[in-house]
Amino acid sequence: MNTQTVQVYDSAMCCSTGVCGPEVDPKLVQFAADLDWLKGQGVVVQRHNLAQSPAAFVENELVRTTLQDKGEAALPLMVVNGEVAAMGRYPDREELAGLLKLKAAAASAAAKTGGCCCGGAC
Amino acid sequence: MSAAREGLAGFLESPTRFLFFTGKGGVGKTSLACASAVALAERGKRVLLVSTDPASNLDEVLGVRLGSRPTAIPEVPRLWALNIDPAAAAAAYREKLVGPYRGKLPEAVLKGMEEQLSGACTMEIAAFDEFSRLLGQPEATADFEQVIFDTAPTGHTLRLMKLPSAWTGFLEENTTGNSCLGPLAGLEKQRVVYEGAVAALAEGERTTLVLVSRAQRAALAEAERTSGELWALGVRNQRLILNGVFRASCPGDELAVALERRGAEALRAKADFLGRLPLSEVPLQRHNLVGIPALRRLARDGDREVGSGEGEVGPLPALESLSSLVDDLERGGPGVIMTMGKGGVGKTTLAAAIAVELARRGLPVHLSTTDPAAHVAAAAGRVEGLTLSRIDPEAETKAYVEQVMATAGKTLDANGRAMLEEDLRSPCTEEIAVFRAFARVVGRGQDGFVVLDTAPTGHTLLLLDATESYHREIARKNSDMPEEVRQLLPRLRDGQFTRVLVVTLPEATPVHEAAALQADLRRAQIEPFAWVINQSFAESRSSDPLLVARGAGEARFIREVVERHSKRAAWVPWVTEEPAGPEGLRQLFAAAAMTP
Repeated sequence: MNTQTVQVYDSAMCCSTGVCGPEVDPKLVQFAADLDWLKGQGVVVQRHNLAQSPAAFVENELVRTTLQDKGEAALPLMVVNGEVAAMGRYPDREELAGLLKLKAAAASAAAKTGGCCCGGAC
Repeated sequence: MSAAREGLAGFLESPTRFLFFTGKGGVGKTSLACASAVALAERGKRVLLVSTDPASNLDEVLGVRLGSRPTAIPEVPRLWALNIDPAAAAAAYREKLVGPYRGKLPEAVLKGMEEQLSGACTMEIAAFDEFSRLLGQPEATADFEQVIFDTAPTGHTLRLMKLPSAWTGFLEENTTGNSCLGPLAGLEKQRVVYEGAVAALAEGERTTLVLVSRAQRAALAEAERTSGELWALGVRNQRLILNGVFRASCPGDELAVALERRGAEALRAKADFLGRLPLSEVPLQRHNLVGIPALRRLARDGDREVGSGEGEVGPLPALESLSSLVDDLERGGPGVIMTMGKGGVGKTTLAAAIAVELARRGLPVHLSTTDPAAHVAAAAGRVEGLTLSRIDPEAETKAYVEQVMATAGKTLDANGRAMLEEDLRSPCTEEIAVFRAFARVVGRGQDGFVVLDTAPTGHTLLLLDATESYHREIARKNSDMPEEVRQLLPRLRDGQFTRVLVVTLPEATPVHEAAALQADLRRAQIEPFAWVINQSFAESRSSDPLLVARGAGEARFIREVVERHSKRAAWVPWVTEEPAGPEGLRQLFAAAAMTP
């Protein structure tokens, strides 16, 4: 099986992990963790922040045309294996797993219970 | 303190290539840095003078309009100067990033980029980037034999000087590779420059840290603390200049004798510290140090010639007393009273005095400060009904990180938590934590009187910028922000709730910096309540020629305040005992209104 790729194009923000700004955005924090999980599953993940690497938005034909059609509302834009998979929102871990045909059950369950904070030793 | 100490001229015999002038606000950093720059240029060196203060006074002192590139000073061959202007640096940085994409990306998308790159964090980092370039990149200053930095008051400067190591450390420890580098994501490329800056600071052959102080308790305490913190960073080639040292010329003059005694006592209390560093001394000057001729005199070790026009005070306008101002603040009811102004004008002292006075009248009062270098507890002492706090950046950051880990971090798995924890080590986190603490203190004004002392102008302007840009972000996002954060800007703009006191000395640069501050506040739709003219010698009745000359020099600046800057102004005379603690502070209320 070929290596799968995920490219995320974020709207302009201080940083994609969500810790900047007047308040931490839990959605961004969770999404950053989910992408990290994808990497652990062997998926190649690239993430581009409009405020920091606009070149990536211009160089990718698919992204450029989508932006021209839909404007800023298209962001965040997620491209999975070369095709637009989500627009204007961040999919959760289960959806990501589905898009990439991965088994997410165990991992997402742990993430959702929220009780695990003992560094993976519990 | 009888032995004659080396003056400025002696110290300038064989200086290192980089000189850093730092110290508490108002001690005379800019004057001494400018005088040193003029003297070295006139000895044949090519000199670059750099201000890192967001509220720089170089333009006024040198009498030349400066920008962010070296500008030649016409009166002094071989001297160039520049201001590191955070707003301009951020604008240049923004344009560098956004410019190439005009026409290639939709307009709305570009606007989003620009908005994101307009925050206070971008500003601070862009300014810091300029600073490390001058220090860490040899080509940037290759044209100059001597580079002199005139820095912002201590709190801001310490942060600036610690950033090279903080960023370098952050980049080294960053293992996940997708951490928050904030608006300066291209940082990795800059690493060599930052490492160069750290190296230059620590190399005694190249860099001297010149700590400037007055013979005054708070200024000496701050110099000692800065000395220790920078020593720990490896900045070991340090020296101290005692500026504005005063000796009474006639033993019968009570005020002059008290002034000399206050200085001598402050020096005695810090004898240990003074003994540890090479020391120079510069006498109190008769006139404001504005313009090249005055700077030349200072470098020749003081203007000892008899001045002309002494005693020509001219008519003084009517000014109200501090007690009548406090009567009105009391009548206004609970809310926030803020003292703002240039460093060293007495913001902390006046905030403490007002807080203590309100508490003495039986009102519940909370006294706090946004200045990381201020000590409100030492200023106010213990008073019934008065509670104290301070916004300590380190403690606030720690608490904020813990809070985020307990909320947003709660639902993450172990990997996610580790990643979040690492991201929160970004230097941007401190700024957010401080901003939130500021909102919290202002929020306390709902329930009682809050007297809030602020950091010197530059630092405070950055805090207000952060407030405005976060406010825009809050309006956009509609997330579940704490109420106090949401209400911060509206509360600051509400003249009933927040009463801003602009504090100044009756001298050129403090008045002009205060006027610029007032303009900035008005742009942010914050209207000051009144001005307070502090430490006036105008009605001192001293016969000491130096004090008489200083008192006479005040008149035009007092008139300027009343005629051009504020409908409402109070005055506080210079007092003979250190104005600290409940008793010391009471002296400030002794004077009556000034009548023309």
